[in-house]
Amino acid sequence: MSDTTATSRPPAAPVLSTRQRVMRQLLRDKAAMAASAVILLLVLMAVFAPLIVALVGHGPNEQFRDTGLTAGGVPLPPGSLFLLGTDVVGRDLFVRLVVGTQVTVFVAIACALTAIVIGVVIGMLAGYRGGLIDTLLSGFVDVVLGLPLLITAVALVSVYGASFGIMMGTIVFFTWGPVARVVRNLVVATKSGEFVDAARMLGASDTHIMVREILPNIAGQVIVYGSLLIPQVIVLEASLSFLGLGVPPPTATWGGIIAENQTNYAVAWWSILFPSLFLLAATLAFNVLGDGLRDALDPTAQRSR
Amino acid sequence: MLRFLLRRLLFGLLTLWLITLAVFILFFLATPGDPALNFAGEFATADQVAMVRARLGLDQPVYVQYLRYMWALLHFDLGMSFVNQEEVLATIVRRMPATISLALGSVAVWLMIAIPAGIFSARRSGQAADRLITIAALAGMSFPTFVVGTLLFYVLFFQLTNAGFPLFPLGGFVPITRDPLEWLRHMILPWATLAVVGTGTYTRIARGSMLETLNQDYVRTARAKGLGEQRVMYKHALPPAMTPVMTLVGLDLGGLLGGTIITERIWGLNGVGSLAVQAVESGDLPVIMGTVLIAAFFVVVANLCVDILQAVRDPRVRLG
Repeated sequence: MSDTTATSRPPAAPVLSTRQRVMRQLLRDKAAMAASAVILLLVLMAVFAPLIVALVGHGPNEQFRDTGLTAGGVPLPPGSLFLLGTDVVGRDLFVRLVVGTQVTVFVAIACALTAIVIGVVIGMLAGYRGGLIDTLLSGFVDVVLGLPLLITAVALVSVYGASFGIMMGTIVFFTWGPVARVVRNLVVATKSGEFVDAARMLGASDTHIMVREILPNIAGQVIVYGSLLIPQVIVLEASLSFLGLGVPPPTATWGGIIAENQTNYAVAWWSILFPSLFLLAATLAFNVLGDGLRDALDPTAQRSR
Repeated sequence: MLRFLLRRLLFGLLTLWLITLAVFILFFLATPGDPALNFAGEFATADQVAMVRARLGLDQPVYVQYLRYMWALLHFDLGMSFVNQEEVLATIVRRMPATISLALGSVAVWLMIAIPAGIFSARRSGQAADRLITIAALAGMSFPTFVVGTLLFYVLFFQLTNAGFPLFPLGGFVPITRDPLEWLRHMILPWATLAVVGTGTYTRIARGSMLETLNQDYVRTARAKGLGEQRVMYKHALPPAMTPVMTLVGLDLGGLLGGTIITERIWGLNGVGSLAVQAVESGDLPVIMGTVLIAAFFVVVANLCVDILQAVRDPRVRLG
């Protein structure tokens, strides 16, 4: 913004830091705000799941064969006693979905964070140092991207047995590589900047340059990538659970609940619809938030508005 | 160009080799349990298991096993199924028609919706129509395939059939050579299942790419020359804007040809994806490895084709 154009605008617009500008833009983005509210709600639901379960008074795996099923043994539709209805063995669907939120939120955050930390560390080293680690990284990522994700995941989980740890390991294995590649490319584009030369001339160490100079410059894009990685992780976890290869039953997970009820659509549509809606709300919220973040962080996107 | 081709081909082969190595380590060496025991079955005597071990070469040192495995792969030999003693490659080839029908059809469906929607959205950037399409696209992207499949199954198969309109079958695959009409009837819902996510993703990509191209100087020049809007759009802006879209189509097609587990499973299509799941369920190691390798092969070949096509179109790629 040059001085000549500034005079024609209302004066005294305060100079904003990038963070302030991004926050302002984001706060004005209604879709992103609604998405944040949904995410907050899901996180609160996960945190307070034990409390909600206690308030409802139904255990997540408790079978209410007398009150939760009709006399003919058919699951109950949504009602006052069972908020979102019951499944074929008379379990409270609402309680199971709330408990399932814990798995989803935990896996999403833990896996996405792990993938991003590994990806950022290795991507920065590869981008900054180049040479052997760069070659190894690009080779490794090519191999990981060459492996068919779901088939390999299914095969791995089956060979090593379905467990929480194996599932999370599989998800991280398939997600950190692309993060590392993105970070590597960002670092390569950033490290020729003058501020890096300046820091080096001042005698800064490589670690200092990487952590204090380059990282803050690429942090925005990493955050966008991370917020778009979370829905992928959620879908992956749900898909593995759906295929019976995620968290072993009877632990409630959204994907697992859909799988359990897949053949019960004729008697209990709610047992498929509600878990689908929960899942969709979560992935959509993160996708919308990620989209809003990208717009807010991208200076060129603002000009086109 | 020849140099580029050779380099790229060599690189593709190297990636493929690394993948075979990864598959060997992940599934052959690191597998808990004894493949020979698996092969011989649970009622085999110790002698029989030893015989099987010798026949499969499992009593040899690791490097001999690896060399044998590589030697077989070089001859397109993926081994025999533990379960029915059938050649793995032959089984996969037999399963390909369903997978190919699913992959090509769903890609065609999502491109036919996503490209016009993306272009429309880009031309009305910031307006209400653009916002609506963007929200719809994000929603499509957010639908896990198995949720789409389950919901489509419930509404368009179960409810429709119950209401007296059995428009769509329960599932299964009819080869196009046997009955094209039945083939189409059986494929529509599987295509829709895969196309929801694809349409959302590609609408976003087409919109972004088109928007970027429309902001280029040469498009402004074309407009400044007084060219008609239609001509600027379809002659100047569209072809370069579609390059990233086509690149991704190539890569996604490569991925889909390796088998789509969830869609094939929901709609009972006997493709490569469901073969992989069956192999996993019965612990059929050669078939598991075979399906993973074939899928990886398609991804690497798709990568190669996309790179070569780009180099043909754009000299900067092959010279840079």
